[in-house]
Amino acid sequence: MMADLLNSSPSLVNFGIFFLLVTLFLFVVLGYVTYVILAERKVLGFMQLRIGPNQLGGKWGLLQTAADVLKLLLKEDIIPKLADKPLYIMAPAIAFAPSFMVIAVIPFTDNFYFADIGVGLLYYIAISGITVLGMVTAGWASNNKYALLGAMRGAAQMISYEIPLVMSAVGVILLSGSLNLTDIVNAQQNGWFMILQPIGFILFFISAVAELNRIPFDLPESESELVSGYHVDYSGFRFAFFMLTEYTYMFAMSALIVVLFLGGWLPLPFLGFIPGAVWFALKFSVVTFVLIWMRATFPRVRPDQLMEFAWKILLPIALANIFLTAIIKEIINLF
Amino acid sequence: MLRTEEMLLNVGPQHPSTHGVFRIVLKIDGEIIKEAKPVIGYLHRGTEKLAENLQYTQIIPYTDRMDYVAAMTNNYVLCHAVETMMGLEIPERAEYLRVIAMELNRVASHLVWWGTYLLDIGATSPFLYAFRDREMILNLLNELSGGRMTFNYMRVGGVKWDAPDGWIDKVREFLPYMKEQLEGYHELVTGNEIFLNRVKGVGVITQEEALQYSLSGSNLRSTGIKWDLRKDEPYSIYDRFDFDVPVQTTGDCWARYQVRLAEIAESLKILEQAVEQFPKDGAILAKVPKIIKAPVGETYVRIESPRGEIGCYISSDGKKEPYRLKFRRPSFYNLQILPKLLVGENISNLIVILGATDIILGEVDG
Repeated sequence: MMADLLNSSPSLVNFGIFFLLVTLFLFVVLGYVTYVILAERKVLGFMQLRIGPNQLGGKWGLLQTAADVLKLLLKEDIIPKLADKPLYIMAPAIAFAPSFMVIAVIPFTDNFYFADIGVGLLYYIAISGITVLGMVTAGWASNNKYALLGAMRGAAQMISYEIPLVMSAVGVILLSGSLNLTDIVNAQQNGWFMILQPIGFILFFISAVAELNRIPFDLPESESELVSGYHVDYSGFRFAFFMLTEYTYMFAMSALIVVLFLGGWLPLPFLGFIPGAVWFALKFSVVTFVLIWMRATFPRVRPDQLMEFAWKILLPIALANIFLTAIIKEIINLF
Repeated sequence: MLRTEEMLLNVGPQHPSTHGVFRIVLKIDGEIIKEAKPVIGYLHRGTEKLAENLQYTQIIPYTDRMDYVAAMTNNYVLCHAVETMMGLEIPERAEYLRVIAMELNRVASHLVWWGTYLLDIGATSPFLYAFRDREMILNLLNELSGGRMTFNYMRVGGVKWDAPDGWIDKVREFLPYMKEQLEGYHELVTGNEIFLNRVKGVGVITQEEALQYSLSGSNLRSTGIKWDLRKDEPYSIYDRFDFDVPVQTTGDCWARYQVRLAEIAESLKILEQAVEQFPKDGAILAKVPKIIKAPVGETYVRIESPRGEIGCYISSDGKKEPYRLKFRRPSFYNLQILPKLLVGENISNLIVILGATDIILGEVDG
């Protein structure tokens, strides 16, 4: 369906259909963000002997996030007096825009995607790197020392973890022979890369958690040290944008993990009658749940330990993994 | 030309991890602390001055508000001081009630510390587990005294209320439950690699420093000095119980963590024995005059509170009110070493070191 649309000659109707689909999908992502926040609060509540939201929208609190967002949108817009005003206003947008752009390349099923780029994986990593600019801008523009410290930590962390993130995915690229995400999924017909690339998977997952700034790597906003880091001075809808960025990335990263390592929309053996979209959603939910689960379990690491971990442990293992994968692939090719 | 400069960072008095209204002015180079200057006094209420115009019984509620996490020991130190001056004989049952209340409170206090410490380090779940168990202790103390944090339970010569029917059995049932939970705490946190990396070798205090800075309680015992007033200068009926004084030798935050968790276990041991030996009946208040007047003279008593050595000095000129009253508040003394420990550490370690000191601002500011 999407392939035909993307390959068809550009016309007003085609553009209209495409635009409509994108808008629809935007609502899917926003719906995910709304309910993943609720799910996070409910799961955390369940793990921490609490109830979680249970007032708005029945006993499951189904309207809680909507109400929270409404509250943030209606809040007075406060800009600190000494803030760098243009940058302060721009920062949430800089951070937010790439989080939606990266979703374009993710293939949800074999015929539902918005862009079929040859270097999809590279595109994802390149675009997601822009968000750190938004963070640093926010930290600098608010003219607050805590925000500045948070932004600096954020910048250092994102740059450090982008490298093991890419390196751990190289094994997958070697095995599939392509950077195109659809091809990567199709290469997993005979076995998910989670099984063929166990080291790569673990490294990628750890780096992904660090990229998402979630516990145990939530240093840029560590609320017990830096109050809340780079967005400490933001309130109202600007703050909402930062939150939205964070959870949209959670969507994108969960999807990317499913595509790279969990076989995307491919079914488990003998269960092929269940549609691919359902498989994708299932795997996707599992990854999201694990991310929430980690938050309930781990303490936070220290900034210097975080850096050491990235450069001294993750990176060498990732490089060794690439080497090993390449050798094994060559040996198998010999026979 | 690139240049860097040191930055002043004001942490507190409103900050999530300064445990109240503690403020510390940091001079930082990047994230490394060059100098730390604590500023205290935001919660100063002048307890000692107020006490000069209050009768001895009226002072007791004020002591509740010093260390509000472990009010029972504060109650006790004041009553103990007045009793020592008057030479009162305390009834058996009252002594047991006091010890049970104090040890339950010690467990509750350490649970608060454990939960909030891990919250500072970024783990949110232990906090809620600790508070669930503390809640059970608070319910027990609530039944006993009518208060959940500020108990106002002890009186000169005994305690205010007798234990309600079946209360001792409830304590007896609680003890095995708490032991089981304690094991769970160890499983959840004690072996966690990230946690160990955060606390091991951080904020090391040597024995000499600990003595020079007059540290007490777990902070002192973490350096290897076996000093617990319950054992070394037994007061009340502590000489009747068999318990150990947990000691660690490394003097870092990890040692303090281990000492405190071991102390919970030891307190439970004392409680078990106290509940077994608890006298069936008897008075809960000694024969004290209606209006309590301490004889002319002065006295100083000290006991082991969850935070360390809490002392009470009373100088009396024979009136209903003390002429001068002074509390040695352990948090205040334990806090003094902080600026020394912080130099050269980064901001994340500030939280770890401050948290491990276990201060209560109501007690620091007096």
